[in-house]
Amino acid sequence: MNKILKKKILNPTVQLMVVDAKAIAAKAEPGQFIILRVDEDGERIPLTIADYDREGGTVTIIFQIVGATTEKLSKLNEGDLIHDFVGPLGKPTETSGLKKVAVVGGGVGCAIAYPVAKKLHESGATVHSIVGFRSKELVILEDEFRNVSDKLVLMSDDGTAGAKGLVTDALKALIESGETYDEVITIGPLIMMKFVCKLTKEYGIKTTVSMNPIMIDGTGMCGGCRLTVGGETKFACVDGPDFDGHLVDFDEAMARGAMYKPYEREAHAHACNLLKKEAK
Amino acid sequence: MANMSLKKNEMPSQEPNVRNKNFDEVALGYTPEMAIDEAKRCLNCKNKPCVSGCPVRIDIPEFIKCVANCDFEEAYAVLSRSTSLPAVCGRVCPQESQCESKCVRGIKGEPVAIGRLERFVADYHNANCKTLPEKPKANGHKVAVIGSGPAGLACAGELAKKGYAVTVFEALHVAGGVLVYGIPEFRLPKAIVKREIDGLKALGVEISTNTVIGKTFSIDELMSEQGFEAVFIGSGAGLPRFMNIPGENLKGVYSANEFLTRINLMKAYREDSSTPIQKPKSAAIVGGGNVAMDAARCAKRLGAENVYIVYRRSEEELPARAEEVEHAKEEGIIFRTLTNPREIIGNENGFVSKLICSEMELGEPDASGRRKPIEKVGSTVEIECDCVIMSIGTSPNPLIKSTTNGLETERHGCIVADENGKTSIDGVYAGGDAVTGAATVILAMGAGKNAAKAIDEYIMSK
Ligand SMILES: Cc1cc2nc3c(=O)[nH]c(=O)nc-3n(C[C@H](O)[C@H](O)[C@H](O)COP(=O)(O)OP(=O)(O)OC[C@H]3O[C@@H](n4cnc5c(N)ncnc54)[C@H](O)[C@@H]3O)c2cc1C
Ligand code: FES
Repeated sequence: MNKILKKKILNPTVQLMVVDAKAIAAKAEPGQFIILRVDEDGERIPLTIADYDREGGTVTIIFQIVGATTEKLSKLNEGDLIHDFVGPLGKPTETSGLKKVAVVGGGVGCAIAYPVAKKLHESGATVHSIVGFRSKELVILEDEFRNVSDKLVLMSDDGTAGAKGLVTDALKALIESGETYDEVITIGPLIMMKFVCKLTKEYGIKTTVSMNPIMIDGTGMCGGCRLTVGGETKFACVDGPDFDGHLVDFDEAMARGAMYKPYEREAHAHACNLLKKEAK
Repeated sequence: MANMSLKKNEMPSQEPNVRNKNFDEVALGYTPEMAIDEAKRCLNCKNKPCVSGCPVRIDIPEFIKCVANCDFEEAYAVLSRSTSLPAVCGRVCPQESQCESKCVRGIKGEPVAIGRLERFVADYHNANCKTLPEKPKANGHKVAVIGSGPAGLACAGELAKKGYAVTVFEALHVAGGVLVYGIPEFRLPKAIVKREIDGLKALGVEISTNTVIGKTFSIDELMSEQGFEAVFIGSGAGLPRFMNIPGENLKGVYSANEFLTRINLMKAYREDSSTPIQKPKSAAIVGGGNVAMDAARCAKRLGAENVYIVYRRSEEELPARAEEVEHAKEEGIIFRTLTNPREIIGNENGFVSKLICSEMELGEPDASGRRKPIEKVGSTVEIECDCVIMSIGTSPNPLIKSTTNGLETERHGCIVADENGKTSIDGVYAGGDAVTGAATVILAMGAGKNAAKAIDEYIMSK
């Protein structure tokens, strides 16, 4: 059982929680994740570690309310307990030796991209962050990114925040203007990462993506999180979540991600009914 | 008077067509009368051939004699001398290839139902003895156990009885290993496993769930920073293998571990569960072991009309327990033996639509001593299905090896350990599937017990 020490609503569908988790905070590195269950009999879901405080013994998670479990989690408050909280899982993002990096985040993916940008910044690298959202009210972590970036480009689909357009437009413009990067690190929706990789491949820039497929155990025991990378089957929870973006089979990953769409809706509707029952 | 019936007393069970729609236990257990009657079939042979077939050398004729004499608690005491999980092993041991295969009564007729009697005695004890064991006096030494499967539980129990302060570290959110995430409720009710674990807690064993060794803590940290004088690795063989054939990453293709974990550990079989699971119309399970039978019978219970076991050798070589094969058949599982998958085909939505296989025939015996399946050139068998479950084996998870300097493993990732469980690192012991590769509950339990003895000697001689 882990206690929620702080809760912050970042936008209508995204929340931040600071959780008491001493052992995990002692080891966590950017790029790693935890798995949690909200309550007894709950589903296990992976969430990336958005920040950690080794001294304070806390881990920060940021999540979007998308299904039954994140919905239940969003109803918990400061002082409440999360039933199970395990980690840090997966391999940390490899940042050593990088001098100049473009960090490209999309939507809640920015919550995962932020600790990576922060670590790069702290290690003295030049960081250009490109963050994209659908519209103004969905923007998260803008100030945080600004504090750790040498350049920050904010993009939105509808032009209500920053420039109108896609993160790929912004990345392309930077590269065309003569910026050179040791590596591009991109985290966001699969479709966005796919197109970032397509672009960087044209320019021959090494690109790392962070994959977040469906998971259960997160220890390599079920294979539910498998992906094809360079023609080989990899388990995202133990071999990743970071992979060479130019080798990932995104189309397969997108298809697999939709495996439970029909079933999840069922679980979601079920949870909503429960909430209604409680409200009565 | 000895009972000279050639047949075992039948096990009362749920009707096949009722049970293949629910997840309640299939076998209902002997009544005391049935048990006493069956126990009287034992001839109490002087040389006890059955004992030589038992991996942990239970004094079988002795406990059966107690049953025949109506002294069920004494029978339990005899079992307890050699096994710490009788209620589990009575249900899941492959008795037909162990103790019962050596029974003299089996030469002409059926052997004595040793497994059913073991189960009866353990269930009788559990139902009638409500007191949990008492915590022994502490001896001031600390031991860490990694993994809470049968190997880890047995090791922890033995050490705790000697007064050690034992902490079991388990990666998942509940203790029990394969007994809770793999073997389904209808074969091994989870309440039985829970009772075993409550017993350990009463002995003072600490169970630290949600702790992945190699991630949350390393073995080195356990020993140098947390004060554990010895470590037992019972981390099992949980890494699923795939066939590497085209179509394996289509939607609707599962490893048996994923399918069973969703159903058992995550309770997807219950209507109120929030864990999604595909409810297949037609499922093909690839493999012929206990795991394959469990997956097949779960698929049937989720409502699948057609469930196929696709196995590349013949029925004779099926590695599953005889009872599981029999139960599966009764429940309507269709066996497609001498059939080997070549490719999985998907529909326009990326879901599985059929499994393409080759027909096989048996050739010369291979390294395992079984006749090697050979493809019949040009043959094709198509199985229409919307779900394929790969159940072709597992290997030890590389996580511990990759985070523990100096821990020797062999080619398949199994930890190298001697017959007492001693590994290449001083004070680090290992046993169960992590050492042998996927094997059996009884062997894992036996390995855990042996290692506990060696750990005790190691610490006491320091
Ligand atoms: C579906 C299925 C059906 C089976 N049916 C039978 C049967 O009928 N009869 C029979 O005899 N055998 C059967 N078996 C085999 C039997 O269950 C195993 O041989 C036995 O459980 C092995 O015990 P173990 O303690 O070595 O490992 P496990 O039971 O696998 O337990 C290992 C535990 O360690 C944990 N772990 C792993 N890595 C770490 C880590 N790094 N840190 C912390 N914890 C970790 C795992 O989460 C797990 O809980 C079956 C297996 C399966 C999968
Ligand atoms: S989540 Fe189960 S193997 Fe990765």
